[in-house]
Amino acid sequence: MSAAIRRDEPLVLGIETSCDETGIGIVRGRTLLSNTIASSMAEHARYGGVVPEVAARAHLEALQPAIEAAVAEAGVSLNDLDAVAVTSGPGLAGALMVGVGAAKSLAVALDKPLYAVNHLVGHIAADILTGDDVEYPTVALLVSGGHTSLLLVRDLVSDVEMLGETMDDAAGEAFDKIARILGLPYPGGPEIDRAAATGDPNAIRFPRGMSRASDMAAHRYDFSFSGLKTAVARWIEQREAAGEPVPVADVAASFREAVVDVLVTKALDACAQHGVPRLLLGGGVVANRRLREVALERAAAAGVAVRIPPLSLCTDNGAMIAALAAELIAGGAAPSTLAFGADSTLPVTEIQVRR
Amino acid sequence: MILGIDTSIGTAVAIVDPDGAVRAEAESADSRGHAEVIGELIVRALSAAGVRGSDITAVAAGMGPGPFTGLRVGIAAARAFALGRGIPLVPVASHDAAALARMRPGSGFAAPLEGEPIAIVTDARRRELAVSVYRVEGGLPVRIIDPHLVARASTEVVPLFGAPAAELDETTRISAVALARVAASRLRAGDPGDAAVEPLYLRAPDVTLPAGPKKVGS
Ligand SMILES: [Zn+2]
Repeated sequence: MSAAIRRDEPLVLGIETSCDETGIGIVRGRTLLSNTIASSMAEHARYGGVVPEVAARAHLEALQPAIEAAVAEAGVSLNDLDAVAVTSGPGLAGALMVGVGAAKSLAVALDKPLYAVNHLVGHIAADILTGDDVEYPTVALLVSGGHTSLLLVRDLVSDVEMLGETMDDAAGEAFDKIARILGLPYPGGPEIDRAAATGDPNAIRFPRGMSRASDMAAHRYDFSFSGLKTAVARWIEQREAAGEPVPVADVAASFREAVVDVLVTKALDACAQHGVPRLLLGGGVVANRRLREVALERAAAAGVAVRIPPLSLCTDNGAMIAALAAELIAGGAAPSTLAFGADSTLPVTEIQVRR
Repeated sequence: MILGIDTSIGTAVAIVDPDGAVRAEAESADSRGHAEVIGELIVRALSAAGVRGSDITAVAAGMGPGPFTGLRVGIAAARAFALGRGIPLVPVASHDAAALARMRPGSGFAAPLEGEPIAIVTDARRRELAVSVYRVEGGLPVRIIDPHLVARASTEVVPLFGAPAAELDETTRISAVALARVAASRLRAGDPGDAAVEPLYLRAPDVTLPAGPKKVGS
């Protein structure tokens, strides 16, 4: 492998293929040079959710054009890179493997060090590309079609703790499923948002998962959305059975309120319990307007500062992977060996996979 | 020098000279774990050949058929290497490599005779086989039937071989040396092929279309 890597302002290319976005990012230290994303979302629309084999095939086809586009946009050459970074997990195994295979080979071909990093911690790292001063500790709420996680970040490159996560569906999946029940297209998030615009969020009181007193001992920061999904489906069936019209706007607004309420309540509870006056939001569901509104409103009341990076950095992307690697390099972390694999259940404590 | 990478069965990496002479070979027979071993095998092949990445002039990618998840790892790696070095990528059907390997003494298979057909048969899982047929012309295999899937019980190739595909010798290893040699001859002929061609999946993605909303009852 190459000689000592430059630690200040390293030029890093990041490869992200954990779900349905092929993300190639290029950063110089904390400066974003390219955030190139090719999404296979449209190919999944007819199935109502991400199909792993369809996603993996799309990654293979999208990788090279995305790398070429990113390099062109950044105005650099692959030979200029100081390091290559890749998502090792968590995510869809077959999808991750495409990125891992490409990243290892690219690093060997260029004779550059390789950093295998954690996707969830990547979401947190995205925040440092906003150019603002980021302070730790912070609580981070990551919500997407693939994950719903509440994290305590004491230090980005050395100390991230999983406080809780979903026990069943991810919040984004719940949006997709309810959209389908309501006859709305995929992806469900924006559709529910649109339908909810004219609805009353308090029209129907849907259950808040994992929020009973009995849940709080073992699952204080965990989430569950399958009961909510069943409750919505049952409510609609009863309406239909009674021959009454389904008030789509009210159902959408009330469902969304139930999801948002439980997300924000648990996130702010984590801030209070850990004495952390900062909350970072990440993941594609951040696009949900109501989530942002409620989070900002209630956080302000609780004296918690909320950070929401631009949406292009919140959805899955390669820039966050490159940014995390650049921080690891700045902190003196040694490269990963070439022996790591794709780890679909990589724990968040493993910020960099070294072996 | 040509770097050959195939992950259609195990993980096979080789480096050959433009005239086909072997410089190095590194492989793992494991039918899983392609993503784990691919980087180290490329490094091992480079160092055994005593060359650097910058000495490689073209990359041969084994395009399958083979189990998709593993197959993609090698293709992704081959494309990334070629991209990183700015050199041509030559996609090669993995069965073409297997057929060429048959022509060498010591291949473990009966030496094919001029004008005779050769079947390359690989496991396609789900009680199916991937089959291609070649005929030996001028001492080289020429593909006459493209890779396709047949049921294990199929009698399709009986007229050609007097036996069903399931009873013919199954190929359980793809030689990256042979793969790189196929690429070398294509490059010499000035016909590297379309670098962006899709893998030989031979099967549509496995998807279960969601049924309409399920009744949950009350
Ligand atoms: Zn994500």
